[in-house]
Amino acid sequence: MIYPVLEVRGLVNRFGAQLVHDGLDMEVREDEVFGIVGGSGTGKSVLLRSILGLQRPQAGTIRIEGHDLTQLSERALRAVKARYGVTFQQGALYSSLTVLQNVQLPMIEHLGALSPSVRDELAMLKIRLVGLPAEAAGKYPAELSGGMVKRAALARALALDPRLLFLDEPTSGLDPIGAAEFDELTLYLQRQLRLTVVMITHDLDSIFRTCNRVGVIVDRRMETDTLERIVDHPHPWIQAYFHGERASIHLKVAHGA
Amino acid sequence: MVMEIRRTDGGLALDLTGEWRAVAYRQIDTALAAVDLAGAHRVEIATDRLAALDLTGAWRLGEFVRRARSAGVEVAFAGAPPDQLRLVEETLRPVAADRAASLPDSRREPVSRAVEDEVEEAEAATLAFIGRRAVTLWRDMTGALAFLGRLSVTGLRTLGRPRGLRPISIARHVYDTGITAVPIVALIAFLISVIIAYMSAQQLRSFGAEIFVADLVTIGVLRELGVLLTAIIVAGRSGSAFAAEIGSMKLNEEVDALRATGVDPFEALVLPRVIGLVIALPLLTVVADLVGLVGGAVLCASLLHMPLDQYAHQVSQSISGTTFWVGIVKAPVFAVLIALAGTHRGMQVRGSSRELGRLTTVAVVQAIFLVILADALFAVLFMEMGI
Repeated sequence: MIYPVLEVRGLVNRFGAQLVHDGLDMEVREDEVFGIVGGSGTGKSVLLRSILGLQRPQAGTIRIEGHDLTQLSERALRAVKARYGVTFQQGALYSSLTVLQNVQLPMIEHLGALSPSVRDELAMLKIRLVGLPAEAAGKYPAELSGGMVKRAALARALALDPRLLFLDEPTSGLDPIGAAEFDELTLYLQRQLRLTVVMITHDLDSIFRTCNRVGVIVDRRMETDTLERIVDHPHPWIQAYFHGERASIHLKVAHGA
Repeated sequence: MVMEIRRTDGGLALDLTGEWRAVAYRQIDTALAAVDLAGAHRVEIATDRLAALDLTGAWRLGEFVRRARSAGVEVAFAGAPPDQLRLVEETLRPVAADRAASLPDSRREPVSRAVEDEVEEAEAATLAFIGRRAVTLWRDMTGALAFLGRLSVTGLRTLGRPRGLRPISIARHVYDTGITAVPIVALIAFLISVIIAYMSAQQLRSFGAEIFVADLVTIGVLRELGVLLTAIIVAGRSGSAFAAEIGSMKLNEEVDALRATGVDPFEALVLPRVIGLVIALPLLTVVADLVGLVGGAVLCASLLHMPLDQYAHQVSQSISGTTFWVGIVKAPVFAVLIALAGTHRGMQVRGSSRELGRLTTVAVVQAIFLVILADALFAVLFMEMGI
C-alpha cells in the first residue's frame, strides 16, 4: 500500500476551554509543495508542533510515511524524526555553535561516528547547496544577516537528506527580493532533491510562486484544494484572504494565464 | 547489502542496490571502503537497481569515483551517471576551487623545521598569551570604570528630575532582592551564630569563661559575619539574576529596543537595580544581625544554661557605640559592588547563549570577590581609625 507522505486525520487540539483544532484533516502527497494558511491564532503553529511530535494532540492520527506518530514510543519517534527536516520561524540556530557545527549536529545525533573530515565535507555540501558562501561556515549565528540565518537553518534541516521538509514562515522578515530568492531556492531544492515541502506562510507572493496545493485553516478545520481552485472557495475568510487588495494582482496573473 | 560486486575481465562491476541514504551512511561507507581496486583497470557502476540515492550517498559515491580515478582506474557508469552526482559536483565546485587556491600557502613551509624554531615559537606563544591576558585585564578594568562613570553620570542627571528615578522599578527590585531573600538570610545567620557560639563555648569552657560566648557572637555577627554572609548570599542570588535578566534582554534585542525608543538603559535597567539593592542589603543585614543574636541566645540557653537576661546583659555590655554601625555601614558599599558586577556583565552579553552563562558566572564570582576584598579594606580602615 502506498501511503501519503503526511496524513493527518481527525486532529483535535484543546488548551483548557480553548478548542484549537476540531477534527482537522490534512494530506500531503509526494513531490508537492503544500502551503498552510490561516489567520493569526488559528493554530498553524500548533498543527506544526503536533506533526513534529513536539506535543501530543487530544485525538486524531498523524502519519508520516505510514507511521502513526501519536502511537509511537519515544525511541521509534526518534527514527521518524530523522526523516524530516524543519526550519523554524526565527531560524532557531544554536547560538553557541558555528553554522558548520549547526549543520553537523543532526549528523552527529543520527548518523553515529563519522570521521570529522567526512562530517565537514557533508556539512559544507549542504551549506553550499543553500547558496551560502564558504566563509559563512565558520561564522556564529549572531554574525549572520537575516537572510543568511534562514539559509543556514535550511542547510541544517537538509543535513540528513530528508524527503519531507517543513518550513515555518520561511520568508517572514525578508525583503521582497530576498523572499523571492528564497522561494526560488526552495523550488530548486524541491526539484533537485525531489523533496516534499510543507510550508506555513502568510506571504501571498510566496504561495503563488511555490505552492501546488494549499490548506486553509478555517473554523478549526482545514479546507484543502489546488491553488487554482482554493481561491474560489466560498468561505468568507478565504475570500477575504485571496481577494483582498494585495491578492488581486496574483489572481489576474493566475486567471489570465 | 548496498551493492553487489562482480569481477569482470580487467575490472570490477559494481551493482548498487537498496537505499543510498544518509541514515545508511555507515553501511555505504564500509562497503565502498572495502572495494579492492588492486589489479582492476576498469570499474563499471550500475545504478538502475538503486531504490534511492540522496546527496549524502551521492557524495560518498563521488569520493569513491575520485579515489578510483586517481589510482588510474577507469570509471564508467552503465547508462547515464546519476543526476545527484552532478548536483554534488556543481555545488562543491567553488569550495574545491577555494581550497586549491589556499593550499599552496599552507604547504609552502619547509617540511624539516629546526627544533630551535619550534622552541622559539612556543616561547612566543606563551608571551603572546600573557600579553593577551594583560590587555584583556586592562580593558576589563577600564571598562568597569567607564561603566561606573556612566552610571554616576546617569544617577546625577536623574537627581535633577526625580521622575526618572522609576520608583516602581526600584520597589520591584527591593522586593526581589530583599524581601524574598529574608528566609534564607535569616536561616543562614541563625546557623552561623549557633556554630560560632558552639565552637567558642567548647574552647572557653576550659577557662571557665563561657560567659564570653555572648560577646563573641555579638561582635562577630554585628561587625563582620552578619553583613558579609548576607552580601555573599545576595551576590549569589541577585548578582546572577541581574546578569541573566539584562543578558537575555540583550540577546532579545530588548536593550536596543529601549535605546531606540529613547530610553537610556542605564536609567531604566541599571540604576533601579543598584538603588534597589542599596536599599535592600542594609535592611537584610539588620535582619541577619537580629536573627544572629537570637541564635546565640538559643544556644547559650540550651547548651550553657545561661539565663536569657544574663545573655541580654552580656550582649549590651559588649556592644560599644560603633559595633552595629561598623557592620551596617559596609552594606551599601557591598550592595553597589554586587549590583555593578551583575549589571555590567549582563550588559556585556552579546551573540550567544554560551556568553550569557559565562558572564553570569563571572558576575557572581566577581561580586563575591569584590565583597570580600572590600571587607578586608574596611577592616584595615577601621583598625587605623581605632574603632
